[in-house]
Amino acid sequence: MKNFFKNANLLRPDAWLLRVESFSWGAGISAILCFLYLPIFVLVMYSFNDSRSLTWPMSGLTLKWYEKLGQNDQLLQSLYNSIYVASCATILTLIIGIPAAIALDKFDFPGKWLFRKLILLPIALPGIITGISMLILFRSIGISLSLEAVIIGHATALISIVVTQVFARLQRLPSSLADASADLGASGLQTFFLITLPNISSAVLGAGILTFTLSFDEIPVTFFLTGRDNTLPMYIWSTLRRGLTPEINAIGTLIILFSLILITTSVFLLRDKNKSKQT
Amino acid sequence: MSGALSARFWRAAVLSPPLIWTFIFMFVPYAILFVYSFWEQAYPTFQPAFQFGNYNQILNDPQYFNVLARTLKIALFVSLGATLIAFPYAYFLVFKVKSQKYRQILYMAVVAPLWVSYLLRAYTWKTILGTTGILNSFLLSIGILSEPSSVFLYNQTAMILTLTYVFIPFMVMPIYSVLEKIPKSLKEASYDLGFGRTKTFFSVTLPLSVPGIVAGFTMTFCLTFGDFIAPFLVGGPDGLMIANVIASQFGAALNWPLGAALALVMIVIVLTIVTIADFFERFGKGKFA
Repeated sequence: MKNFFKNANLLRPDAWLLRVESFSWGAGISAILCFLYLPIFVLVMYSFNDSRSLTWPMSGLTLKWYEKLGQNDQLLQSLYNSIYVASCATILTLIIGIPAAIALDKFDFPGKWLFRKLILLPIALPGIITGISMLILFRSIGISLSLEAVIIGHATALISIVVTQVFARLQRLPSSLADASADLGASGLQTFFLITLPNISSAVLGAGILTFTLSFDEIPVTFFLTGRDNTLPMYIWSTLRRGLTPEINAIGTLIILFSLILITTSVFLLRDKNKSKQT
Repeated sequence: MSGALSARFWRAAVLSPPLIWTFIFMFVPYAILFVYSFWEQAYPTFQPAFQFGNYNQILNDPQYFNVLARTLKIALFVSLGATLIAFPYAYFLVFKVKSQKYRQILYMAVVAPLWVSYLLRAYTWKTILGTTGILNSFLLSIGILSEPSSVFLYNQTAMILTLTYVFIPFMVMPIYSVLEKIPKSLKEASYDLGFGRTKTFFSVTLPLSVPGIVAGFTMTFCLTFGDFIAPFLVGGPDGLMIANVIASQFGAALNWPLGAALALVMIVIVLTIVTIADFFERFGKGKFA
């Protein structure tokens, strides 16, 4: 392979063309990375801007927007609500999603194709569809709109994530493991907790973290199902109607920091797992 | 408990939670949505009926047709834009970056923004593009503009830019994974047969990456098609999309039956696109596997 490329380079009469090519690749990729990160950079920088208006150039550095966040009761309440909703929704999606993935992997039952289609539908369908169809359901059976309604909505929209991730892992798991466990006299429950769950744990962890993040950030479903209580994205959304403030940049910066910690942790957790498996 | 009985019990225990959940919270709501789409508005609310008035209105009132056409157009542009950016990026990672470590870092770099709140990423574009925004004040300060311009924000271009920005990761991921699976020997064989690099690209690499492009395209298209946040943040009066119209039927307009009918139209369009994409992906796989 390497020899081949060396030969190809020798055949090429004009080395400068190669240089031009690698330069243009570098420039293009840098431009894409700039496009991806410039806005995030701007968001973070302007959270430290001394002035209320978001204009160039920045007028000075300050931490006052962060101090204001700490005193903003509505914001803190919405943050608390979001953590509550995302945690409950994540637990629910795992409780429903893992058995669903096992059912799709192991069992045959009438209506399986419909079950598969339905449970995976929210991947393709816009969130607004889940939002309004559940709004209509809750109104028809007289359930009031609340954070709990939002939790059910989020869980319904996000089960598909857990199902696809866990199902993919189960497919790669040799079925002989579960068969051996059954042959040795273990019950289904024992096999699940002693054999299946440990083997799919990193997929479950990954799906859980992803679900939490998506629920934490969710707007379309929340928009239709929440009562008086706001989640954090809904709070930000409602303050955006009143105008732009650096306070939003400050929340944004904190969220980015938090996401960064979450990504790094999950990458490290998964990596350690892989390493320990190899040794 | 005998073995067979225990197995049956276990099966029921595994099956019932997801089956009950999907029935109550997915099947029933979609069914009610379908029923609602035949109801009629009776000011100030609505009442049960069986009539096709809502669908008629959607078909015959140009307002709805225009919004649908605009939404499809924007979704198409966003998906094309994201492909044009994501493909070279993924290609570079797979074929040009030699070090496994840098490849992983560059891959994470493009996927990581997915973890940053979508709302915040769209919001930043609003602060950049606005009349009193960062781009305007920057161009004023270096003398390119003499007065703030309003051309950057509140139009379809701003929406396409913002949505492309937001959905690029969804495009890079599937394209990267198909490019990564192309055996290096195929490209070498093509070179050995005397095909140039351009010909190798168009007759080997590109056809093999079709399933990834289709998957990313479908994802981006559907996400854009159902979006109602970007129109609110950076779209102008001509930037309303179908999801905004549906949302307003369930809000201020209080015409749930019409909203339900519009939602069903949306479901049909999305499912059609997914089915077509599925066909293409399978076709691609069947031909080259």
